[in-house]
Amino acid sequence: MTPLANCLLLSALLFSIGLAGALMRRNAILVLIGIELMLNAANLNFIAFWRYGPNPEALTGLMFVIFSIGVAAAEAAVGLALIIAIYRHTKTTNIDQVNSMRG
Amino acid sequence: MLFKIFAVLTVAGAVAAMSFRNLVHAVLALIVSFAGLAAVYLLLGAQFIGLAQILVYVGAVAILIVFAILLTRDSGITSQSTTSSSWRGSIVVVLGVFGVLAWSVGHSAVYQQATSLPQGTSMQEIGNVLMQRFALPLEVIGVLLTVALIGAVTIAIYEKKETR
Repeated sequence: MTPLANCLLLSALLFSIGLAGALMRRNAILVLIGIELMLNAANLNFIAFWRYGPNPEALTGLMFVIFSIGVAAAEAAVGLALIIAIYRHTKTTNIDQVNSMRG
Repeated sequence: MLFKIFAVLTVAGAVAAMSFRNLVHAVLALIVSFAGLAAVYLLLGAQFIGLAQILVYVGAVAILIVFAILLTRDSGITSQSTTSSSWRGSIVVVLGVFGVLAWSVGHSAVYQQATSLPQGTSMQEIGNVLMQRFALPLEVIGVLLTVALIGAVTIAIYEKKETR
């Protein structure tokens, strides 16, 4: 196993765990945590390909991860605000019970 | 060897975060997972990303999630199951995704030995690139963060009855 393959396998495992959490858990906050784990797996892929790629001095993968972290922070803030707004209306964070479109 | 230790730490933290019943415990496990991932970044030679990971994820996002848990605390401890009603199909999807990913990693031709780390990946180099070649994306991400902050406050702010 080369180091690149180790990184990619770790990333695939992390993505699968995050996907399992996002699909299987009932709590909306845990779904958001699963999405964050999937974003981190993508970041790890960028770093691994930047490190073991043919042209690491261009710093492209590194820059993409920096911007990806920024976008993920914005996504987490808006997502948690949405969860709080939904909780205020329906008094639950169980996504199986949030099945009505009336406010 | 160090990579394996941190990889196991990351995966164990992620599994624990996705399987704990208690939400606060899940967030603590998530912090362990993020810190392990930051250590992996440091091992791969990306110092700035590792430190940014600790600052943004361990520092900001985890605290944000804890606040959201406190604000949306359900009244009683739910005795019903914590898994969604469609968990059987989800397992099939997850196993399929992981199988395809692992198969493609194992059969791809991208294997090569680690190249020597270039000398110019210091913070100064990153700052230079960020200010010259990636100046416009940096400004755009600043605007995006401002808009997201205002939008999050607007969504989550308490609305009075008479304004509805």
